[in-house]
Amino acid sequence: MVATPAPEIASVAAAAAPLPPKKSESRGLGFHYSSFQALKNINMPIYENKVTALIGPSGCGKSTYLRCFNRMHDLYPGNRYEGNIMLYPDRTDILNPDVDPIEVRMRISMVFQKPNPFPKSIYENVAYGLRVRGERKRALLDEKVEEALRGAALWEEVKNRLDEPAFNLSGGQQQRLCIARALATDPEMLLFDEPTSALDPIATASIEQLLTELKEKVTILIVTHNMQQAARVSDYTAYMYLGELIEFDATDTIFIKPKNKQTEDYITGRFG
Amino acid sequence: MSEAAKVREIRALIAAHKRWDLAFAMLGLLALMVGVLTFVALFGQMVIEGAPRLSWDFFTQFPSRKPDQAGILSAWVGSTLVMIVTAATAVPLGVGAGVYLEEYAPRNWMTDLIEINVTNLAGVPSIVYGLLALGLFVYQFGLGQSILTAGLTLGLLILPVVIVATREAIRGIPAAIREGAYALGATKWQTTSDHILPYSTAGILTGVIIGMARAIGETAPVITIGALTFIAFLPAAPFTGDPPAGPFEWIMSPFTVMPIQMFNWTSRPEAAFHHNAAAAGLVLVVMTLSMNALAIYIRYRLRKNIKW
Amino acid sequence: MNSIPQAHRVYAVTENFVSDRLARRHLRHVKERVIEFILFLAAFVSVATTVGIVVILLKESFVFFQQVSLWDFLTDTQWTPLFADAHYGILPLLSGTLVSSAVALLVAIPLGTIIAIYLSEFAPFAVREVAKPFLEMLGGVPTIVYGYFALLFVTPLLQMIYPDLPGFNLLSAGIVMGIMIIPYVSSVSEDAMRAVPMALREGSYAMGATRFQTAIRVVTPAAFSGIAAAYILGISRAVGETMILAVAAGMQPKLTWNPLEPAATITAFIVQVALGDLPHGSIGYQTIFAAGLTLALVTLFFNVLGHMLRKRFRQAY
Repeated sequence: MVATPAPEIASVAAAAAPLPPKKSESRGLGFHYSSFQALKNINMPIYENKVTALIGPSGCGKSTYLRCFNRMHDLYPGNRYEGNIMLYPDRTDILNPDVDPIEVRMRISMVFQKPNPFPKSIYENVAYGLRVRGERKRALLDEKVEEALRGAALWEEVKNRLDEPAFNLSGGQQQRLCIARALATDPEMLLFDEPTSALDPIATASIEQLLTELKEKVTILIVTHNMQQAARVSDYTAYMYLGELIEFDATDTIFIKPKNKQTEDYITGRFG
Repeated sequence: MSEAAKVREIRALIAAHKRWDLAFAMLGLLALMVGVLTFVALFGQMVIEGAPRLSWDFFTQFPSRKPDQAGILSAWVGSTLVMIVTAATAVPLGVGAGVYLEEYAPRNWMTDLIEINVTNLAGVPSIVYGLLALGLFVYQFGLGQSILTAGLTLGLLILPVVIVATREAIRGIPAAIREGAYALGATKWQTTSDHILPYSTAGILTGVIIGMARAIGETAPVITIGALTFIAFLPAAPFTGDPPAGPFEWIMSPFTVMPIQMFNWTSRPEAAFHHNAAAAGLVLVVMTLSMNALAIYIRYRLRKNIKW
Repeated sequence: MNSIPQAHRVYAVTENFVSDRLARRHLRHVKERVIEFILFLAAFVSVATTVGIVVILLKESFVFFQQVSLWDFLTDTQWTPLFADAHYGILPLLSGTLVSSAVALLVAIPLGTIIAIYLSEFAPFAVREVAKPFLEMLGGVPTIVYGYFALLFVTPLLQMIYPDLPGFNLLSAGIVMGIMIIPYVSSVSEDAMRAVPMALREGSYAMGATRFQTAIRVVTPAAFSGIAAAYILGISRAVGETMILAVAAGMQPKLTWNPLEPAATITAFIVQVALGDLPHGSIGYQTIFAAGLTLALVTLFFNVLGHMLRKRFRQAY
């Protein structure tokens, strides 16, 4: 007699399916702002070509965690990292003091909460990363700029005004410009720090659409305070609270059947 | 290209760019060194050429045709007296104007006009102030080539400095303090004199000291109004002499000041006079630098003391 | 008191109380208005000063231009107002001013900008805290001392390199003036750069840029109008400087574009005349006001330009 497998066995089977390759992994990661410990012992994988979301209440450390990946904290005095963040396949430890932060930033790009285009033309904004790498051939720059703007779904809107100042664009367009700027250098990983919190719902929707397309080419780590957004766009979700990783799992699991009571309380809105 | 090769390429690129970082940092330090070296050379020259001439006699003798008998008595007394008049002009006018602009002035064209003028006057060359004083104070008002004229001129010259310092000091006071005073029924003037002015004193003082340091070193406007370069007497001190001088006779007296004395000696071809000039310059530099240092110190303490 | 009914007693007390208070309030009000007026007068002094400058310069220049044609003033190549064969061309004085200012700016603008970028983007906190007060002090040295330094240190030094250099020359005066102006240029430029928001820098660093790339490609262009305002301030300061030139460049008006020669600037000429003895009302006396008017117009132009640039910069951030 063939019986339908019981639900437990189905989920066990699903759990037994091979995990995707890892792009990065945090091991025992801690972080201190001077004397205040903002992150405690975080162990978490980031899977390649997937969107991983970091959620949690204000002050839980998700932006702090994100900014460890491209060593943004190095810009300010008094900060201290602990543990490591491994980058695959070359197994580089991002946090190792011997590793040059500039090298890390050339492989991992970031899009910020408030769009921060440079006071330059649209073209020059997107080409900036390439110019910083010494690229000067006009034909190559043109090609990469167009490719990046298409990738950010902005090309059609700006192709005839590439020499206009970036400030002329609307908020949503500016943020897509910043995404194009980050894409132009073919990064391995893209960090998004609450990219749509300063944008209206229509612009938000277009960027969320973009994230789903972009993951084909890059691994994405996104911080969001909007749970519904995390549920919409991410494949994996991490719930953080007071600097600790409370739970990490596939998005469906976290939002439908979280294993941890704290996660459940946050998701169902019992606190936040 | 393999991942490893890509990483190597990136590393080489970054190393090249980092060299630019280092090169520019060194360039920046070099540029700063130009300033430092200039200052060291300048101060050093003053000390080497001038310090030997410094003596009690130097401070108590009048200038003379013989370089080793010349002194700066008339010059430093003149400077001191002019500074008194300068302060008496610039402080009331400057603080008053600053208080008016911050506490009383309505947003209208007259206030804009005043503010534009304050900004503009800060950029007028000092010699133009001298021309103003020559035409207006010396001749039109008949104040003559006197300490009063010089003091008024220099007072007007540093007025923008005092006004700006007063305004910034007042702006540093939080609105909560003002509101607290008004809520208790104080009038505007009571609030200003009991609260605003006392709390902004340090900032105002900083501005006044910086302004005075500038005024002491000013030569061009004082020459223009006709300060003499060779004075072998002192303005009459009040109630001295025969017949007794009035309390304010000194203010209308001809005079000279330290920078002019230095200018006079520098213009002579004899090297001995140059040594005198260096000595006078040393005194001047020490005076202005200590005043500037005092102002910086007060500003530093101010930042640490009052925590709103 | 006890014979008066209760109600009347209260009424009598309040009546006196109220009118006393009203009287005091009126007096206080008058006092406040008087004080406000006095403070207004203090503020108005600045307007009066500008008016005074304008009136005096125009009044005396007017008399001057009744005797000397504007055309001659602007085109004659000699300035010899005190000679028997008097010439009143402003060009020699203008050339002296322009050449010395150009030399000064060639020193002050590059060095001042480099120092500003270095202090704003590269220097560690300790270096900044020492360098900034030091630069302030450098700008606080009296200009007569700088003049002495130019004549008796810099010129002999330059003469070791170029022995034919005359004792009075525009070059050493210009160089020293340039060094004196560096603090003006660097502090205004640095303020402009520090006003650029950190978000812009983070965006650049996140792209893998180095400090130098960020400073040159992002921060400096963003602070551009503030930096331009700093340059204009430097120009204005150079044009108006008197003592360094009076001491080290000589006081002989000469139409020349060669910094290796002695020449007089507009400012040095005024000093020279003031040192002499000129009767009030003579043409010699009026020449300094005509020269002063020219100077005031030139600096006014630059001051207005700088002000507009600084306003535009503040609006951007």
